[in-house]
Amino acid sequence: MKLYETVIGLEVHVELATKSKIFCSCSTEFGGEPNSHCCPICIGLPGTLPVLNKKVVEYAIAAGLALNCSITQKCKFDRKNYFYPDLPKAYQVSQLYLPLCRNGYIEIETEAGKKRIGIHEIHIEEDAGKLIHDAFEDGSLIDYNRCGIPLIEIVSEPDMRSPQEVIAYLEKLKMILQYLGVSDCKMQEGSLRADINLSVRELGSNQLGVRTEMKNMNSFKAIARAIEGESKRQIELLEANKAVIQETRRWDDKLNTSISMRSKEDAKDYRYFPDPDLPPMEISQEWIDQIKGRQPELRDEKVERYQRDYGIPAYDASIITGIKKLAELFEETVEICGKAKEVSNWIIVELMRLLREEEMEAEDICFAPVNLAKLIQLIEEGKINRTVAKEVFEHIFKENVNPEEYVEQHDLSLVSDDGLLRSVIEKIILENPKSLEDYRNGKDKVIGYLVGQTMKEMKGKADPSMVKDIIYDLLNP
Amino acid sequence: MEITEEIIHKVAELSKLRLTDKEKDKLLESFHGFLNYVQTMNDLDTKDVEPMTHVLPLKNVFREDRVCQETDRESVLKNAPEKKDRYFAVPKTVE
Repeated sequence: MKLYETVIGLEVHVELATKSKIFCSCSTEFGGEPNSHCCPICIGLPGTLPVLNKKVVEYAIAAGLALNCSITQKCKFDRKNYFYPDLPKAYQVSQLYLPLCRNGYIEIETEAGKKRIGIHEIHIEEDAGKLIHDAFEDGSLIDYNRCGIPLIEIVSEPDMRSPQEVIAYLEKLKMILQYLGVSDCKMQEGSLRADINLSVRELGSNQLGVRTEMKNMNSFKAIARAIEGESKRQIELLEANKAVIQETRRWDDKLNTSISMRSKEDAKDYRYFPDPDLPPMEISQEWIDQIKGRQPELRDEKVERYQRDYGIPAYDASIITGIKKLAELFEETVEICGKAKEVSNWIIVELMRLLREEEMEAEDICFAPVNLAKLIQLIEEGKINRTVAKEVFEHIFKENVNPEEYVEQHDLSLVSDDGLLRSVIEKIILENPKSLEDYRNGKDKVIGYLVGQTMKEMKGKADPSMVKDIIYDLLNP
Repeated sequence: MEITEEIIHKVAELSKLRLTDKEKDKLLESFHGFLNYVQTMNDLDTKDVEPMTHVLPLKNVFREDRVCQETDRESVLKNAPEKKDRYFAVPKTVE
């Protein structure tokens, strides 16, 4: 078999975090009652006129600047015409001829070092409604709440060569957009959706093969599987001397294969033309500079600041800042309890472990920073030990419990009553006469055994160093 | 560009229009007329003319990002040819 190379470009649709829709003042809230965030404009009734949401342009420019794009200062909207019931106007407002942002790039980390992925363009468009197919036998249902939610489509150059590079690119993109605050990028809610353009070619060739486009990917894992699966399918075709057909395919994650949806339309089939209802935009340099001036702190600046102001190691800083939600949680918790390194340890070790175990995204974390701060305080004051703290933290993570109340209710406080501990230990020594003998014969190991027995008797609620001191004391009268 | 019957057929299909033969003939004629007009413009020297994107001298018409004026669902669904529960209903459409 010949050696092949996979060539991948991505079209990423991102829903912008505006409060209202792109051309009307309906809410963009996710999960509302069906058809409750609709008006004559977004359901495409005749005689209505769209008015562009200024925030959409600002968010799109902010994204473009962060992705090193140049901004198209004279810019307009076009209509993309096609018939599908999720699009009530029978056209989607988009930008074909003059996309708002062009010629950018981002850098990703790969095994072979840094790699630059080109951004071909970013354009603004409107989202379509949601079709529900399985509700009843002979028809489909439509909810137009999503119709008219502002999107940016970020089109990369075909610069990626493996699933790992694609995931690294998507993670970087998601992080930048979240830090900018232009989108929450929740894949499960569809606010970040990736279409994959993929072709294969013989290694060393500089000509692109025929590509397919895959839709319907709702997790990074599914994307990685889809890339593996589709590369394999195309290579098998070429090896059998068959041609790859340019088409749109749907990835079926359950069947682990892609299925042909339709032959890829030509751009001319969409009969794009300038939208006569939307006047053109002229974006002044002043406006761009203003947006540039308001760009929030991005990751690299945060990493530096965390080391400088909080005194945490570079390793900790880079993990915590890798996800915006973790960075927020860190900053808010440290604000309350002041113990930066301690907070960082809880996030990196216990929190990350629970996220992995529960297969949750950091964005879904729902406990209050104050509860983590209180937990750290309880350890600091010697009220609970670390074993108990880990158990309490699981309840903070899952149920957002107040650790002070939880410890109280479940009687988890450390016993620091010297008299009580002494009587427990005396009893244990009496029950283990051999240990006393061993100790007298110089076997120090026996101390560890006695500490263990005491902790067991105390159900973990004793301070081991205090227990140890008392044992020494009793064994050396 | 030569306008053929196939082109008329394709455009009608993309526009979801069903045309009679008589209508097709008429459209063939108007397409020719229109494209001739475009050809005249193509023959002119427009090197220094900025393409016009909009007929009115307007630019930067924006609204602020505020939520208001949602329509109640009953009114939203009122003109739907078919509805079911809280949804618009259409013939089975699966890509």
